[in-house]
Amino acid sequence: MTPFHRVSGVAAPMRTPNIDTDVIMPKMFLKGVDRSGLGEGAFNLLRFDAGRPNPDFILNRDGYRETCFLVVGANFGCGSSREHAVWGLQQLGIRALIGTTFAGIFSDNCANNGLLTISLDAATVGGIADIVANPASNRLSIDLEQQLIRIDGGGTVPFPIEPARKEAFLTGRDAISSTLVFADDIGAFERRRWADNPWF
Amino acid sequence: MSGRTLYDKLIDAHVVRRLDDDGLVLLYVDRTVLNEYTSPQAFAGLRATGRKVRNPAAALMVVDHVNPTAARRTRQMPDADAARQVDYFADNARDFGIEYFDILDPRQGIEHVVAPEQGLVMPGMVIAAGDSHTTAYGAFGALGYGIGTSDIEHYLATSTVRYRRLKTMRINVTGSPPLGVTPKDVVMEIICRIGADGATGYAVEFAGPAVAEMSVEGRIVMSIMIVEAGARGVVIAPDHKVLDYLKGRPRTPKGEMWDRATAAWLQLRSDADARFDREMTIDAGEVAPLVTWGTSPDQAIPVTDLIPDPDTNPAADRKTAATRALAYMGLAPGTPIQSVPIDFAFIGSCTNSRIEDLRDAAQIFRGRHVASGVRAIVVPGSTQVRAQAEAEGIAKILIDAGVEWRQSGCSMCLAMNDDILAPGQRSASSTNRNFEGRQGPGARTHLMSPAMVAAAAVTGRITDVRELLGGDAP
Repeated sequence: MTPFHRVSGVAAPMRTPNIDTDVIMPKMFLKGVDRSGLGEGAFNLLRFDAGRPNPDFILNRDGYRETCFLVVGANFGCGSSREHAVWGLQQLGIRALIGTTFAGIFSDNCANNGLLTISLDAATVGGIADIVANPASNRLSIDLEQQLIRIDGGGTVPFPIEPARKEAFLTGRDAISSTLVFADDIGAFERRRWADNPWF
Repeated sequence: MSGRTLYDKLIDAHVVRRLDDDGLVLLYVDRTVLNEYTSPQAFAGLRATGRKVRNPAAALMVVDHVNPTAARRTRQMPDADAARQVDYFADNARDFGIEYFDILDPRQGIEHVVAPEQGLVMPGMVIAAGDSHTTAYGAFGALGYGIGTSDIEHYLATSTVRYRRLKTMRINVTGSPPLGVTPKDVVMEIICRIGADGATGYAVEFAGPAVAEMSVEGRIVMSIMIVEAGARGVVIAPDHKVLDYLKGRPRTPKGEMWDRATAAWLQLRSDADARFDREMTIDAGEVAPLVTWGTSPDQAIPVTDLIPDPDTNPAADRKTAATRALAYMGLAPGTPIQSVPIDFAFIGSCTNSRIEDLRDAAQIFRGRHVASGVRAIVVPGSTQVRAQAEAEGIAKILIDAGVEWRQSGCSMCLAMNDDILAPGQRSASSTNRNFEGRQGPGARTHLMSPAMVAAAAVTGRITDVRELLGGDAP
């Protein structure tokens, strides 16, 4: 996965709660056997109207076409497990999401691909969303090492992250390789489990 | 020290090793089931790194998401993309040595219907699969939960998943559901009360006398649908109903081994003094048939109610969301939901496509006919369910009522196949999700129980099923 250290760029507010993975990646883009072409799919039904960019959608507005962070509403990524939603956001250039709560499978999918999710209290998220809603003050930088969001429009916001998750984002390590270090433990565990539960 | 919850017992029994001090563990996963649309990139990853599937016998592959449901089955997929996914799926099954049910297999069906049918799911297991509705297996006293494609690959390569322990929530269901009220209505009521993120970060245990009274299939409905409140895992203590359901299935133990297994399974329950992070109680006797009016599963009301006014919602973001939802749905506040006409009726999906669901629907369709201008389709959860419904005479009742009797698949739950609504079309649907575009771009979905869908199909509008059951509608 892509490591994450410090990233700077435009942030766009997207505050509607419960934005689901069907909205993030509509079904028409789920029929591949690889990860290609999903940037076009991301928010497709909101971004485009009869094939033309929808001028009302935030990512099509002046000042937001190079967005790399989204400031999102509660429960972002709910619904289907489709990891295509995360691949599509990344292919659209999104590197991090700032919100209150993220849906569980989506959050794991983000972590497995190096898309950083930052959870903060609702007032703080609302404050950041208000600042970046103005195209003149919509740039910020996220420093994972320092666990800080620096807002060009003013202020810095610290954010929490579990040490293991932080380490994984910083190194971009391959989770499977890390786990296979414990192959002997897995084998021993499995033999014990099958002995205790022979019906499995 | 207080006792342990069933969830914690299942996790404790599957921890290979701790990975940090915050609850991150390497969790052994007993089984998985794979579908053709979330698995391809996982297999591609294994191929690219030269890794093998560690335990192919622990997996089952079933085509369900992209296949057509037309009555006449052929191996040919209707479009090139679906064909490529199914071909690649078959290649992966062959090359990695995993059992595979193709579209013509008499055991084919929706993965979460097929896995229990085959006895792949047993109490005490942890089952992770690439579909959010894997929580279905909670109904059997197994911990089921959904994972993404990266974690499918991780599981296939290692038999484990990196897992962070969840908080626990017990939902006690008391009382008896009145006539016309089903487990679907009960779980929709729970989602309304706690919200679409009310169980985010939690594993849910369903308990209480109404759950004990409920059939295994009813418990499956609850276990699947609570995902729409954000639950990441579900457990229900297994009982004799679960044993009756599993006995004699192809993969469940037989003879003396069955006796040993069931003795152990019946011990699986939360300790009396176990503490949950959150508890709630709901009286099933007070639940009415529910219908969604919006584009989130928590936007639902009793069928007798009026569509709510977003302006009465105190939270600004919820108000905006409700306003947007009503615009998408083409509905006005204050309208009786029962006056809303439908174009399409769909009974199917892993939530509501089992034999009991089809019996409920048949009870409404018997001697009636689908209303003029409405198209109704019933997609059984598996080819075995289809055969059973035909043997019981249910299929004939449906066909006589003007319903299209289909082959099995996920179909219009997510409309990845050719069962898809046109923009603006409105459906009564027994599925889980009423998201924008879920059943087709611009399509409008009202979630409800299978019997309620049948009632809407025969009247042509959203209808209180109790009026057709001869019960006392309020």
